[in-house]
Amino acid sequence: MGTNLFYFLVYPGFLFMAVIGGLLSWFDRKITARVQFRKGPPLLQPFYDFFKLLLVKETILPARGAKGLFLSAPVFAVFGATMAGVFILLPLLNITSGFHGDLIVIFYLLTIPSLTYVMGALSSGNPLAAVGASREMKLILSYELTFLLVMVGIIIKSGQSIDLYQIIHAQQTGVPFIGSFSGVLLFIVAIFCLQAKLAMVPFDMPEAETEIAGGIFIEYSGTPYAMIKLSKYILLFILPAFIMVILMNGTKLEGINILWAVLKLVAVVLLLTLIRNTNPRVKIKQAIRFFFVWMNLLAIIAIVLAIFGL
Amino acid sequence: MGFKSYCFKKSLWLFHFGGASCNNCDIEILDCLTPRYDLERFGMLLVGSIRHADVLLVNGSINKKDKPRLLEIYEQAPKPVLVVAIGACGCTGGIFAEGYTFAGPVDNIIPVDAYIPGCPPKPEAILAGIVKLLGKN
Repeated sequence: MGTNLFYFLVYPGFLFMAVIGGLLSWFDRKITARVQFRKGPPLLQPFYDFFKLLLVKETILPARGAKGLFLSAPVFAVFGATMAGVFILLPLLNITSGFHGDLIVIFYLLTIPSLTYVMGALSSGNPLAAVGASREMKLILSYELTFLLVMVGIIIKSGQSIDLYQIIHAQQTGVPFIGSFSGVLLFIVAIFCLQAKLAMVPFDMPEAETEIAGGIFIEYSGTPYAMIKLSKYILLFILPAFIMVILMNGTKLEGINILWAVLKLVAVVLLLTLIRNTNPRVKIKQAIRFFFVWMNLLAIIAIVLAIFGL
Repeated sequence: MGFKSYCFKKSLWLFHFGGASCNNCDIEILDCLTPRYDLERFGMLLVGSIRHADVLLVNGSINKKDKPRLLEIYEQAPKPVLVVAIGACGCTGGIFAEGYTFAGPVDNIIPVDAYIPGCPPKPEAILAGIVKLLGKN
């Protein structure tokens, strides 16, 4: 019990993920600034933002809205992200071997943050938040199937195993899955799914700042908004870590391999940031078509290739 | 200086309210966010919703139509919020001060923490004003 609480709250859980996620969020903003020939924010900027929102700012509740749900939605978002992160990082950092079928549990836990954003937005009673929530729902509907197909591809490639530990083991004894033709296709599809899950720029219609003024988060201020920021930081860490588990060989925490692990993580985040900085926001119709037609097609091709062992 | 006020100063998020402006001040405010001046290195971001804002930038002459809207925006902002009046029109009314639709400079409507005069103020002047604002608290 004590060990489990330690896993959940400190390492590799809540505290560890929040710190690493904050640093990755700084990296994301710094790269964005460098792409635009700016200087960019200081290293601890995400933590300043978080503590300012948490400690200094006033929390305003919507006058006509479900106040309980409005306040509890960010807490559930942080909880879902942390829980999924713990199950991803325990096998990844080689602490425990996880449990049977944790890939499927993680798949469901990763949808909790997006769903709670939708619930929080709808309970705020703001029409722009409702627009954002409807877009987020459509986005969830479009990318979840694609993400599931990526998982199917991974399961087939790893020899019908649904444990993260065995997936990592299969890659470390053989070749990493990204080293094969189907693996590259699955990586491309997974990167776009991550982009949509993180609501980064080609798919940031739910919170489009210039268009619907913050969208799903428009009514949030103070402590609940700090929680939302925290869940975003955590997701920015655990989703690339999840890509590392399913496609990029996991990690070995000894000697030079620690450097490779960090470099792999940073490379995935860098890729996400560069996609975000070189693309415009698409319309929700275009996003749905992109996932339903093109990404599903790529994923199915990858699955067929994986069945033939390519 | 406490931890709270340090964090607050390092992460000011801006919300821009343009009154009946001639758009020069709006353009100079946007200039501050461009690569040449880059306010993000001080942790400042332009946000889309007033609920996320720490600084309310007001420019342009405030006429009778703008006044209730400015008041409502100010009441919707989570406190503490700093108000900065930008440009001659925001500070005093400028050439519109005698006009029959004019409803008072910004400090007649809401409390103002910093004034940045100029028609329009240069981005350097806006940066200097914000630095002085940070030094004041």
